[in-house]
Amino acid sequence: MKPKFGVVVFPGSNCDHDAYYVTKKILDCETEFLWHKDTDLKNCDVIILPGGFSYGDYLRTGAIARFSPIMESVIDFANKGGIVLGICNGFQILIEANLLPGTLMKNVSTKFICKDIFVKVANHETVLTKNVSKNILEIPIAHGDGNYFIDEKGLHSLKENNQIIFQYCSDNGEISDKYNPNGSAENIAGIMNKSGNVFGMMPHPERCSDSTLMKSDGFLLFNTLIQNIIK
Amino acid sequence: MTEPEVNLELAIEHGLTKEEFERIENILGRTPNFTELGIFSVMWSEHCSYKNSIALLKTLPRKGGKLLVDAGEENAGLVDIGDGLAIAFKIESHNHPSAVEPFQGAATGVGGILRDIFTMGARPIAALNSLRFGSLNDPHTKFLFEHVVQGIGDYGNCFGVPTVGGEVYFDECYKDNPLVNAMAIGIVKHNQTASATSKGVGNPVMIVGASTGKDGIHGATFASEEISEKSESKRPSVQVGDPFTEKLLLEASLEIIKKDLIVGIQDMGAAGISCSTSEMSAKGNSGMKIDLSKVPLRESDMSAYEIMLSESQERMLVVGEKGKEKEIFEVFDKWDLHCEIIGEVTDDGILDIDYKNEKKAKVPAFDLVLGGGAPVYIRETQRPDYLDKLNSEDLSKLPEIKNIQDAFIKVFSSPNIVSKKWVYEQYDSMVRTNTIVGPGSDAAVIYIKDTNKAIAACTDCNGRYVYLNPKEGTKIAVAEAARNVVCSGAVPLAITNCLNFGNPYKPEMYWTFKEAIEGMGEACRYFNTPVTGGNVSFYNESPDAAVYPTPVIGMLGLIEDLSFVLTSSFKQKNDLIYVLGEDFEEIGGSEFLKIIHNKVSGKAPEIDLTKEKKIFDLMNELTKNHLLQSAHDISEGGIICALAECCISDEKKSVGAKVEVPVKSRLDFSLFSESQSRIIVSVTAEKQKAFEEMLNKHSVPNKFIGRTGGSNFEINGNTFDLSELNEIYFNTISKKMNEE
Repeated sequence: MKPKFGVVVFPGSNCDHDAYYVTKKILDCETEFLWHKDTDLKNCDVIILPGGFSYGDYLRTGAIARFSPIMESVIDFANKGGIVLGICNGFQILIEANLLPGTLMKNVSTKFICKDIFVKVANHETVLTKNVSKNILEIPIAHGDGNYFIDEKGLHSLKENNQIIFQYCSDNGEISDKYNPNGSAENIAGIMNKSGNVFGMMPHPERCSDSTLMKSDGFLLFNTLIQNIIK
Repeated sequence: MTEPEVNLELAIEHGLTKEEFERIENILGRTPNFTELGIFSVMWSEHCSYKNSIALLKTLPRKGGKLLVDAGEENAGLVDIGDGLAIAFKIESHNHPSAVEPFQGAATGVGGILRDIFTMGARPIAALNSLRFGSLNDPHTKFLFEHVVQGIGDYGNCFGVPTVGGEVYFDECYKDNPLVNAMAIGIVKHNQTASATSKGVGNPVMIVGASTGKDGIHGATFASEEISEKSESKRPSVQVGDPFTEKLLLEASLEIIKKDLIVGIQDMGAAGISCSTSEMSAKGNSGMKIDLSKVPLRESDMSAYEIMLSESQERMLVVGEKGKEKEIFEVFDKWDLHCEIIGEVTDDGILDIDYKNEKKAKVPAFDLVLGGGAPVYIRETQRPDYLDKLNSEDLSKLPEIKNIQDAFIKVFSSPNIVSKKWVYEQYDSMVRTNTIVGPGSDAAVIYIKDTNKAIAACTDCNGRYVYLNPKEGTKIAVAEAARNVVCSGAVPLAITNCLNFGNPYKPEMYWTFKEAIEGMGEACRYFNTPVTGGNVSFYNESPDAAVYPTPVIGMLGLIEDLSFVLTSSFKQKNDLIYVLGEDFEEIGGSEFLKIIHNKVSGKAPEIDLTKEKKIFDLMNELTKNHLLQSAHDISEGGIICALAECCISDEKKSVGAKVEVPVKSRLDFSLFSESQSRIIVSVTAEKQKAFEEMLNKHSVPNKFIGRTGGSNFEINGNTFDLSELNEIYFNTISKKMNEE
């Protein structure tokens, strides 16, 4: 059986419908919106924290959202091994909620950046990437605060535990400053927690999952995830 | 606080004339009090009343075609696209606020136009804009440009609407008075639209959204005068935007509309509560009794005058259905927004305003509004002297530029020609996942989910052409906008307009305005693209000069089938390149003339609507039969720039070309001529026969000029390296912005 998805709606989420559309209409999985004031995760197998500007990004990106009632349930769910995927603002929230290490700072350019970029799959042994058919994925980014930072020790630990999943790169996989859109340490575009069930990524796979838009690498990721956890 | 005594002097300070003040006294049968004077002054300001433009605007085609409401009836135009769906769209200026406070000015411009869309019950699905600044070599211009772009991005990105297209031009005339026009497009089911009306005695009048502060007081009046040194002191007249609250307001508003809980809803933009209460009442032939003490305030010491005139953002006036108040409260409570009952609907047509148990205003709503008692003027006109002087210049006497290599690089490097990537990468152009073609092609293409259709949209106006010939220049603006959506695979449906002009009390300016309206009407009738509404912005003048008359056209087109979508870039090698239409070596008002000869003169290019329409019909059939690989209209910079763009405008994939374009009398003019009604198309070899048969059938002038392929762009013996062109095209603006 295909997994059931839950898409959390915070005030200011604006990629919630996009994520819902992909899991429900494109991948044909049962999908529910989860309201931030509720605590019921409605028996979902995968929780998506979508992109957007929860609480207007006031104070700090993700800083207020993580105190929402629903986040208590999400944290509980994650600690029990449930699969959580934070995209863009969702990644920022997961960091604020201490479900993922490091921090996301303003882009070095200080400007919001929206464009298609390439990421290299750095770890193929995760539920999100195992057997994904491409090594380099083209996925859009759209953020002002995507500059991933972590201290030396933390970085060492990330590497040691293979927690880096995606790194910004060129179309043929070269990882260098030239292909780093926001100043992230080690070109990090996405990471996971140690136990491999909580994922955060700045690129938006839900924006490249509909063949109508002539982009499909996001579909590959979602489809891989579903295949890997199919019940 | 004691209120100032109301007399003629104070009325004049409020921007009213002696005649207008007397008219108010006649309407009321007495001298207005201070609050009433404030209300009349904003409602009769140019910005709200359109008093100097409405008579001419009414000559435009304002109904027919696919329009579901006539222009001016509601907050935005509404166009049928089939499948029970309609598109609401509108463009509006925020020029003056952006001149003194570029970030907030531009941001609230976006916020205002988005509210106009969702107050119709439509969910915003795309935003565009049209921007004009001075020369990019000027530090102040860079400051304005940087912050306007940031303001637009900040608001749209947070709100969650993709900014999918637009245009940016630089010219000295816009130095102190930049133009910031924001356009929004929304989608709504036919049976879920809302109206900006008020009726039903006893129905509750509610204010929802943000609380009311002292920001933006007299913003409408500020927009109705010229920019001067004093304008800096008007910075407090600029509103402050909060896109997060707007996003919540969007969701809550759509929810109360969908649940059928309300009679009417209108956003609060210019003139705040004054405008929304009077316009809704006038539309529904009713009155309102309002107690301002109930309005949630941001600061406690506000007077009735200030509350009535505040232009605080992210607010709506809602007339609910009696008995459904509880459900309405629940919706706003869910979204953590204010919702307060501030009064009720009456049947006497009077706005009856109390504050702290005192009567503050008693004014007939009808007399305040456009189409009601607001004054209507037709101003004196006089053809400006500069026209003959500039038009008569004989450009054929200019020495022929022999070094095409050098001239092309100069023209192609113009900030008016190069990619606006530096701008649009700061906008989220993809949220909502409907963007099939984003910024950088001739028009944006937006997918309509659950159908097989898309819409195309663009904004267009070449102010230089309008300056040199107001009527023909405006026709060109309409024709070019239509051509751009046609080049994207669409059939043009309707337009919205943003008319940026100078002071209407100057006869030369008013003549220009009148001519522009005539040209627009003619073109819109010809293409059957009615005017759904829009905005007039007068007083775009600074002490130095007026801006070029700039009637920006926002065009909406429908793509009946997703397989019709076209983009401007060449797709692969060995395709055949044709130019449709004919060149007349028209160099007047061109980018070439400005860059190479530093002149803005001569005659604007001619436009023949019959020829243009023929090309549209041909394109339509070519598109439907899938005979084209790409299509790109020829505009600023002429055929040489257009071809270079076809080679490199897809940043991910450049495709070279080798072409020989026909030369009439001299090569430099032929390459850079901006003759209208021309399109470059590419065709695969296998479809050549079918394509040429179609050409013959339509008797449109055309010419095979070469083939795609290779790593160079070669034109009449001049060779350019694509990677060099790429560097110029995509990085010129960012380099200029990073220069100290």
